[in-house]
Amino acid sequence: MAFDGNAIGGLLLEIFGSDMTGAEARCAACGALGPVAETAVYSRGPGTVVRCRRCTSVLMVIAQVRGLNCVDLSGLAALEADSGREC
Amino acid sequence: MAGTAVRGRLSWQVAAVAAVRDETPSVRTIALSLPDWPGHRAGQHLDVRVTAEDGYSAERSYSIASADGEPVAITVERLDDGEVSPYLTQELREGDQLEVRGPIGNWFTWDPADGGPLLLIAGGSGVVPLRAILRHRYRSASKVPTRLLYSSRSLAEVIYREELDHYQGSAEVRYTLTRSHPPGWGGFTGRVDDAMLARVAWPASQRPLTFICGPTLFVEAVAELLIARDYLASRVKTERFGGA
Amino acid sequence: MTNPVSRGFRHRITPSAAEAGRLPPGQHVTGDFPVLSAGPTPRTPLSEWTFSIRRSGETLMSWTWPQLLAMSAETITADIHCVTRWSKLGTVWRGVPLGALLAQVQHDAHYVLAFCDGGYTTNLPMQDVNDGRAWVAFGYEGQPLAPEHGGPARLLVPHLYFWKSAKWVRGLELLGHDQPGFWENYGYHNYGDPWREQRYAGD
Repeated sequence: MAFDGNAIGGLLLEIFGSDMTGAEARCAACGALGPVAETAVYSRGPGTVVRCRRCTSVLMVIAQVRGLNCVDLSGLAALEADSGREC
Repeated sequence: MAGTAVRGRLSWQVAAVAAVRDETPSVRTIALSLPDWPGHRAGQHLDVRVTAEDGYSAERSYSIASADGEPVAITVERLDDGEVSPYLTQELREGDQLEVRGPIGNWFTWDPADGGPLLLIAGGSGVVPLRAILRHRYRSASKVPTRLLYSSRSLAEVIYREELDHYQGSAEVRYTLTRSHPPGWGGFTGRVDDAMLARVAWPASQRPLTFICGPTLFVEAVAELLIARDYLASRVKTERFGGA
Repeated sequence: MTNPVSRGFRHRITPSAAEAGRLPPGQHVTGDFPVLSAGPTPRTPLSEWTFSIRRSGETLMSWTWPQLLAMSAETITADIHCVTRWSKLGTVWRGVPLGALLAQVQHDAHYVLAFCDGGYTTNLPMQDVNDGRAWVAFGYEGQPLAPEHGGPARLLVPHLYFWKSAKWVRGLELLGHDQPGFWENYGYHNYGDPWREQRYAGD
């Protein structure tokens, strides 16, 4: 199923300890900048793959191996958490 | 305080089903009783986890249908080939338990302080978080100018019809029916297109704040139409439900 | 750590005793065919589609779509097992054995890395793809394989977890040394035998 970054808000909260849906993500491949909420998310497979909506490059991969989150962020040039409202 | 709030949202808690209400033949609202709920923003969702006797579990996310201060509720649409939604919409009953985590998502949210004018565009069950926004707006007695454009296949599939019609006057609610409409139907028909948006969307010069929610293709098509009408991409927020 | 049980939530199909014997450990039977992807569905036109066998950057042999369909195809009935715990019994496919394709090139490779439209890869030992247990499949349940399920063609290697049955396959890279593919790189098992429940590296 293809969703967007809103759908993995809970998973990202687990990993980063704060809400990341509003965090700005910059694609390392094409430079596109936008909120994590807008990224293309492919989940329910062996893991979760987050792709740049503009160029489809992989931004993040999250594999849950034996209950641990293994996170690869190498497709991101930058990830800036939303320093706005706290919740 | 912040640390506790994060921990609370991170952990799964057991919610009891307080009530169920069928909105349409395939859509049900489930009100939950939660021991430890920190409150939520309109537009946020919660994660639900169900576990079978053999230990197999499945997780899904559902938009919160209620406003802060009201009993927490989700509205679930049954997908025929779904794994969890048939259970939630047909089997689950009052008194049952669900594991729940949330509220989640700070980005696709609206509060009167965020201003407007507000444009809400819903495709099918995408209306759920937008209804939470409308309820929050109403409970806050906010006067932010607001329009809802709600696309459904048929009138029978419109969720929350009576309630949405009650907002007429304080907000503008317009429907478009894409597959069938009743005789004498006075609303829009067909898919959301530029002509329809020309009649419903606020002028770009007013710097509207837009929330679009629904199936992926619907959301992308509508967002593109708004950008073509000079809407600022940074003020168009989208939430895609997957599928077509 | 066990989750509280949700009353009444059960898999939609309860296997019969005979079926239960066909289920590897930790799997349950599903009636539908879940669509699980790591990326958007590619749309390579058949006129541009090829299946290639490569080694060290060189294409040893390549088949166009008509050439693939001209090869002798088989009907395969198989149980398939996804690492996310669903299994589908008795699925029927149509495809060309990988052995027939590999027989057309000279090589001494011990491993292959399947590569696909969209960039997905998965690795397999040569003996698992060369001995009648692996196909390039283009038909499912009597119909052309649908794009969301890997069409026009995917790998079919049902004796391993289904992430090895790479969707939208475009060829095999012949390797002297084993190299992990996409999910293998992220902690999934290098081989993936469902009967030994080899889900993760180290299992």
